This record gives sequence, structure tokens and C-alpha cells, in this order.
Amino acid sequence: MTSDSKKLMDQAERSRLADNKKTKVKALLQKYGIILVLLFLIIVISTIQPKFLSSTNIFNVLTQSSIFGIMALGMTLVITSKGIDISVGSVLALSGVVAASLAQVSSATTQYYPSLSDMPVILPIIAALLVGLLMGSINGGLIAFTGIPAFIATLGMMTIARGLALIYTGGKPISQFTPDMMFIGSKVGFFPVPVLVYLIMIAITWVLLGYTSFGKNVYAIGGNIKAAEISGVNVKKNLILIYGYAGLCAAVASIVFAGRVGSVHPGAAAGYELTAIAATTIGGTSHYGGIGTVWGAVVGALVLGVLRNGMTLMGIEAYWQQIVEGVIIIVAVVVDMRKNARKK
Amino acid sequence: MERDKEILVMKDIVKTFPGVKALKGVDLNVKYGEIHALMGENGAGKSTLMKCLIGIHPPTSGQIYFEGNLIENYSTSDALKMGIAMIHQELSPVEHRSIMENIWLGREPKTKLGLVDHKKMYEMTKDVLKLIDFNEDPKTLVASLTVANMQMIEIAKALSYNAKLIIMDEPTSALTNKEIEQLFSIMRRLRENGKSIIYISHKLDEIYEICDRITVYRDGQYIGDGDTKDINVNELIKMMVGREVNEMFPKVTCDIGDVKLEVKNLCYGRKFKDVSFDVKKGEILGIAGLVGAGRTEVIETIFGIREKSSGQIYVDGNEVRIKTPADAKQNKMALLTEDRRSTGIFPMLTVFQNVIIANIQKYIKKTGLLNHKKAIEDTNEFVKAISIKTPSIYQKVENLSGGNQQKVLVARWLLTNPEILFLDEPTRGIDVGAKAEIHRLITNLAGQGKSIIMVSSELPEVMGMSDRIVIMHEGKVTGILDNTKDLTQEEIMRYATGQAATA
Repeated sequence: MTSDSKKLMDQAERSRLADNKKTKVKALLQKYGIILVLLFLIIVISTIQPKFLSSTNIFNVLTQSSIFGIMALGMTLVITSKGIDISVGSVLALSGVVAASLAQVSSATTQYYPSLSDMPVILPIIAALLVGLLMGSINGGLIAFTGIPAFIATLGMMTIARGLALIYTGGKPISQFTPDMMFIGSKVGFFPVPVLVYLIMIAITWVLLGYTSFGKNVYAIGGNIKAAEISGVNVKKNLILIYGYAGLCAAVASIVFAGRVGSVHPGAAAGYELTAIAATTIGGTSHYGGIGTVWGAVVGALVLGVLRNGMTLMGIEAYWQQIVEGVIIIVAVVVDMRKNARKK
Repeated sequence: MERDKEILVMKDIVKTFPGVKALKGVDLNVKYGEIHALMGENGAGKSTLMKCLIGIHPPTSGQIYFEGNLIENYSTSDALKMGIAMIHQELSPVEHRSIMENIWLGREPKTKLGLVDHKKMYEMTKDVLKLIDFNEDPKTLVASLTVANMQMIEIAKALSYNAKLIIMDEPTSALTNKEIEQLFSIMRRLRENGKSIIYISHKLDEIYEICDRITVYRDGQYIGDGDTKDINVNELIKMMVGREVNEMFPKVTCDIGDVKLEVKNLCYGRKFKDVSFDVKKGEILGIAGLVGAGRTEVIETIFGIREKSSGQIYVDGNEVRIKTPADAKQNKMALLTEDRRSTGIFPMLTVFQNVIIANIQKYIKKTGLLNHKKAIEDTNEFVKAISIKTPSIYQKVENLSGGNQQKVLVARWLLTNPEILFLDEPTRGIDVGAKAEIHRLITNLAGQGKSIIMVSSELPEVMGMSDRIVIMHEGKVTGILDNTKDLTQEEIMRYATGQAATA
């Protein structure tokens, strides 16, 4: 081999490596771009309003994000499986009022169950979880066995669960909870309990999606339902589990809600489903199915939380906040589509 | 291994779908450790038979014995567990997941805690991939693989089920020659290990290269089987084609004029290369070839649905630039697509709406509103002229028969007053009577001086209708033949399978 040709080959090799590096950087940027967006937001907001970075405010953001953040975890499973669940806001209200009715102190002015003494906090929690799981599983069952689109099934459930919440309460809010229930909305030392609950749910969902065969099935159903069926995956059972988990997450969120607010109204959490969908979407979970991550849902929820908190701190009108949020959701999806189109 | 024993015996399999008898009592015997070819034209029933075998469509009647045991009422996952795996023509991996997650989907190895054991899955995948000498990291995303490599993953998946019988449905259609060689060497190795393979392909040279035995089907019937070495190509083609050209093609010779459309060295990516032909006024040009030869792609490219990678198109001797179907329409072209349902009709709209949809411009008044009266008149005229059987022009198209739906499409395009008509499988899925009517309509249009380019997989149709026939094989024109009396189906098949090549 002449030295010239060797030089040429070296050059080719080098440029190939450089190309490789470039595509790798690009892939990393695409994958973790949303974290950069979050950092960017934090930097901009804290420059304008240094108060943002105080530990009280940071915990504030996390606490505020925890309710729709928990809902977004369930939503991640749903959207990754190529579905949607718009009933979780109403399911939160229904499981919330059930929990509230069992968590009242016996000295409350208007007791839902008049002869009820103070219940251990585990009881309203279990009741709420069961209600959420049931409503979600009904969603999944409807989708699996009737074949109606997820949007329609959960649209029906959205109205039904809201109606049930109204009937259960007679339209009135339920308040005055036991200290144990209120503890869920408070702090341990400096650490807010809602954030703790959020962290636990993140861990559970992370294991569920990444390390169980159920998680693999979620990706397979969303990515290619035919391949899943041919491989012997029980699609129907998995759909029930997926929507059941979304309902369960709504119920967990309802308990945090009850503890934080100290009262649950049957009209509570209207529109929360859309915030959860937005957080999931911003986090890169694809509505075309098969792509979705837990960390994405968390970062997506934080982007929304930081944005809301930051804009309020900077004194931006609430109306304008809505417009900014809408733009961010659309941009997130456009970027996501581009990313996936290029792969083909 | 008992080489001469049968691993699979399918006896007298009948499969009916509503209104169609797809399989009329066919047999198939496959031995241990052999590669067995299924041959037959499109629609002969090969795919249906395989779907019966793997549990997608249970047969209406008949028996299936696998390894000597009668098997019935089983699902695709049961079939997999028994050791029958199919590699589908359209591969269906979960694209955004890794190789190992695809292979072990639905049966991931678990740790003691019940969680997925990724480490073990990784090792197991390495082991399976080693069986086919495939050196890709099990964590690679499937979406980043080539089609050939996705195929390897499917084969690896079949092996991971410990499959004893692997069905391959046209596995080479998207592969390069080198990749095909690689596939064949793996197939030979599998055969040595006593695995049986059912191989479906239209490529005769491949069949002779790799297969031990052949079973031929035609029109849902079993025609015969035998060792590959005992059947020569001509016999095989005769067995596949078999039927005679009947008298349902009312071809009348009409005056053929000047060249209307000419295509020179047209290319579209890897789909087809250097396609050149011309068609004259009043001429019917048939395009024959097997599925995947690139026929549909050629006319879609001329029509601007796909953008050509190179080549020229001339209309009336002038070069034209066609980038979109709208450009094609401007050049007086019309296209009847192959798949009526998905790309042609609007099933829930009325006959009237379906007919005028490509011509709405023509009926817009100065006020910007639609001139309904004129549009209705024209629609009624065409409905009468080509005798569409419908109670009224306000009937929904989904309520018409297949033949009449096709006529509605013809009416739509005739309304644009085209001079060049592309017809892609114009009589697919239409019953015999309606077929003859469509054929008469086509002949009449040619008689009016229109140039017609017709793609059809039915040789009798091509031979009965065309003045000249372009034959394609794997993206190339292998022959342009005058349709004379002594042209035989066997001869066309030789061009279509790449056995004879004079371009």
C-alpha cells in the first residue's frame, strides 16, 4: 500500500468517525432535547425572577406538578399503547369524593356518613384506589371487547364518572378530613408528602414499563398490534391493565388532591386529563404508538409546572399562560413527528 | 432424523369465505428436512393455505397432521408452540424496540422477582443470532435495520420458538442478490439440521436453486407435486397456467394512429429501471408480469403519484413534466387504481358525488357556486352511456356491485375527457359477467382513439385485450411482444419469470 492511499484511507476513516459522532450528537439532542428545554426555561425564569430558585418555590413547583404528573404516568402507558384516556379528570373527582366521604372527622359540620367515627387513613385510600382501578378497567374492557375507539370509550366514561361523582355528593363538596388524611398534603420536615408520593409512583411506573413483560407488551401493542397478536400477546387483557393503571394513577392523584386542598368537590379536576396528556406529549411519548418513557412524562410535567409557576412569578396574565402552553404542546408534537418521519 | 417421513400432511383442505371458495379440497405433504416450494399464479390459494396452516383462518373442512398428530382448533400462538412459524411477506416487527425485545415478545425470560431478565434475554438472543451467523447487537433498534436484516431477525425468532417447520412467503422480494445468497445458505443449513421449509416464490430460478420438491396449485385446486429435478421449467409453467383463453374478450381491431405517449428510460429508485415503451392512439397496451415486477409503480410514476428518479415522458412528441397527478390530468391522462377500495371510490358518497369529484372545476359558476344542473345532466349521461346499474345517481356507491363501482370510476375519469387511460387491474374482484362488460367498455374507448395502458395479472385478459404486451420482471422490461395468434401464455410466463430476456 502506498503512503498516499493510506493517507486517503485514514482520511476517509476519520471523516466517517466524525460523521458518526455528528449523528450521535444529533440523536442525543433529539432524545434529550426536552431536558435542554427545561433547563432553558429554568435559566430564563430564574434570571428574570431569582425568587424562582428558592427552595420553597422549587418544592412548590414540584408539589403543584405532582397531581397531573402522577396522572401523566398512567397516561404514558395509555398513549404508548396508541390509545388516549380523557376520563382521568372525572375519575379523579369520583375517587376523590369517595375517599373524602370516608376521611371526614366525626366532628365535621356536615358529615357524609353521619354515624361514622374517624377512619384509619388506609380505608379511604383503598376505597379510592379501587374506584379508580374499576373505572379504568371498564375503559380498557370497552376498548378491548367492543372495539370502539379509545377516545369514544373514555369520552363516555368522562361524563359517567362525573355524573356519578355528582350523584354521590348531591353536588356538594366534602371537607374536614382526619389529620392523617391532611398529612398527605403536608410536609415531613421540609419535604412535601405529595412529592414523595409522586416519586414512589415514578419508581413503580418505571419498573412496570421497563422491567416487566406487561411493559414490553405495552410497547408492542402500540408499535405493532398485529405483531403482538402473532407473538401470542393477550392484547385484550393488556388493554384492561393499561387503562386500569391509568385509572389507578388518577385515584392516587385524587388522594394527593384531597390532602392538599382539604376538600373535594364533585366538579374537581375538570380539564386535568388534558394537562396530563399535554405533559405526556411534551415528554416525547408518541401518539402514533410504541414510543414513550417514564422520564419523558416526568420532564414533560415539570416543563408545564415550571412554566406555570414561572409565568405567575413574572406576573404574566393567566390568559396568556394558556396560549404559551398551547404553543408548546403543538411544537412538541411537530418536533416529535419530524423525528419519527426521518427514521423512515 | 427420519428424512423420508412427513412432518406435515394437509388433506382435502377446503376454505370458503362468504361468496368465494378459495380452496377447493387441496393437499400438501412436506417431509422432514426438505425445502418445499408452493407454486401457482396469484390467487391460486397458496397464501390462504398457509393461513389455514398457521391458524389465522381455520379451514372450513379437511385435516391437518403435524408430526403424525391430527391438529385442529388452534391459534397462531398454539402453532408457534407446536413448531410452525411463518415469516410473512410484509414483515411486522415492532420497529421502535430492540432486536431482543422483538424476538422474545410475549415470553420474556424472568428473574425470581418476576421482572424481565434483560441480561438473560441478551445472552439468549446472542445464542439465537449465532445460529444464523448474524452479528448485530441484540440491543439494536429494529427500525435501524435493513429489510434483509429484519428478515434475519424473523428467521431468528422462528428458530427461537424451536420451529420445525418454517414458512417463507416471498422472502426474497426485497433483497439484493448478495442478500439472497446469504438467505439461501442459511436455509441450506436449516435443512441440514432437519428443519423443513415451505418456500413461496414466483421466481423460478430460485425454486430450482434451493427447493427439493414442488407442489403446484391453480384456482384453489391442487394440480400436482414432484421432485424439483423431475419437473422442467416448461412443464412447471404449464401446470401453473393451465387454463385456456376463453371467448370473453370482445377485442375488435380498431385503427391505430400515431404515437400518443412515449416513455424513455424511466427509473424509480430500486423499484424499476430503464423502462421504455410507447403507446399509440387507439391502441391497448397490456403490461404483464408477476406481482412485484414493478408494473403498478411504472404507471403510478408516469401519472405523477411517485416522482421519477430519471427518464423522460413524451406526449404527442413533446416532453412533458409530470410531478403530481394534477399535472397528469393537465396532460389528459387518467388512472384507474389497482385497489378500488382504498384509493378509488368514496364508498359513503353517492354515485353523483363520486363521478364529479375529479371534475368539480368544470362546474363552478362565476358566482363560485356549483352548477348542479349541468353536473347532474353529465352524470346521468355517463351512467347511461356505460350502463352503470344503479337505481339513481343518488345511490351510495358502497351499495353497488364491484363491477358497477369500477364503472363509476371509469365515468369519473371519462368526464375529464382523457386521451390516455391507465387501467391497473381493471377487473380485479369483479364477477365474470361484469368483466366482459368492462372489457367491452375498454375496447370501445380504444375505438374512440384513446390510448389505453392496462396492467393485469390475468394472462387471458392481457392476451384477449391487448394489441401489444409489455412484460416486466423484477423492475425491468424483458419483452415487448405483438399480440399475435400464436403467442402463448407459456411464452409470456417465460419473460415474466426472467427465463427469456430480450429487451
